[in-house]
Amino acid sequence: MSPILFWIFAALMLAFGVSVVVNRDPVASALSLVASFLCLAALFVGLDAFFIGVIQVLVYAGAVMVLFLFIIMLLDLKAEKRRHFNKLALAGGALVTAGFVAGLVRVLSLYPAGNQPFPPLGVAKLDDVRQVGMTLFSNFNLPFQTVGVLVLVASVGVIVLSRRELK
Amino acid sequence: MNQLTLNHYLLASGLLFALGFAGVLLRRNIIIIFMCLELMLNASNLSLVAFSRFHVGADGLPNYNAQVLVFFIITVAAAEVAVGLAIIVALYRARQTTHVEDIQSLKF
Repeated sequence: MSPILFWIFAALMLAFGVSVVVNRDPVASALSLVASFLCLAALFVGLDAFFIGVIQVLVYAGAVMVLFLFIIMLLDLKAEKRRHFNKLALAGGALVTAGFVAGLVRVLSLYPAGNQPFPPLGVAKLDDVRQVGMTLFSNFNLPFQTVGVLVLVASVGVIVLSRRELK
Repeated sequence: MNQLTLNHYLLASGLLFALGFAGVLLRRNIIIIFMCLELMLNASNLSLVAFSRFHVGADGLPNYNAQVLVFFIITVAAAEVAVGLAIIVALYRARQTTHVEDIQSLKF
C-alpha cells in the first residue's frame, strides 16, 4: 500500500472514530462508525487481505450497522441532552485512556521488529479467498463447527429475549 | 515516513482501541457504549491483519492463521451484536431508558 493512502485512510478512520465517541446524536454516531469501518476495510485491502476487507464491508458496515440503526430507530432515541458530567468519572476515564496510550507508545518503541518494513510477497497473484478457505477447513475445522453452533445459540437466544413477556 | 512499517499499523490500531476504550468509559448511552465495543474489536482485527501480512512464510504467502482468527472475531461479534441489541430492547421495554446511570439494580 502506498504510504499516502495509508495516512489518508488511517487519519479518516481515527477522525470518524472520534466522531463516534463525541457525537450526542446516536444516528450520527452510528453513521460515523460505518465510515470508520469502511476506512478500516480500505486498510485491510492495503494489507493484501482482500477477503477480510470484503467481509468487513458486507458484515460490519452492512449487516451489523444496519442492525444498530434499526434498533436506534425502533427505540426512537433523540440526541441526548447535555447532562451534568460527573467530573471525577471524566477525569478518571481520560487518565486511564492516556495511561493506555502512553503504555502503547512505550511498548511499540521497545519492539524491534516494528521498525522493519513489510516483506514483499513471494507470489505474483494472491488467491487469498482460497488460502483463507483452506486454512479454515484444515487447521480450524473444529472451531469453525463450534462457531456455527454459537451462531445458532445466539439466534435462538435473540428470539427468546424478544418475546413480549420475559419470565 | 516514506516506507510503512509494522509500527504504523500497530499504532493506528492502538489509537482506535484507545478511542473505543475512552468511549466505553466516558459515554453514558448504552447503545453508544456498544458501538465503542465494536470499535475496539475492529482495532484488534487491524493489528491481527497487520501481523498476518508482516509474517510472510516460506511459500511467499501471508500467515493466514491470523486472517482466519479475524474471520472468527467478525462472526462472534455479529452474534454478540444480535444478542446485545436484543437485551437492550428488552431493557428499554422494562425501563424506557438507555442511560446506564438510570439502571442501577441488578435484578428487576
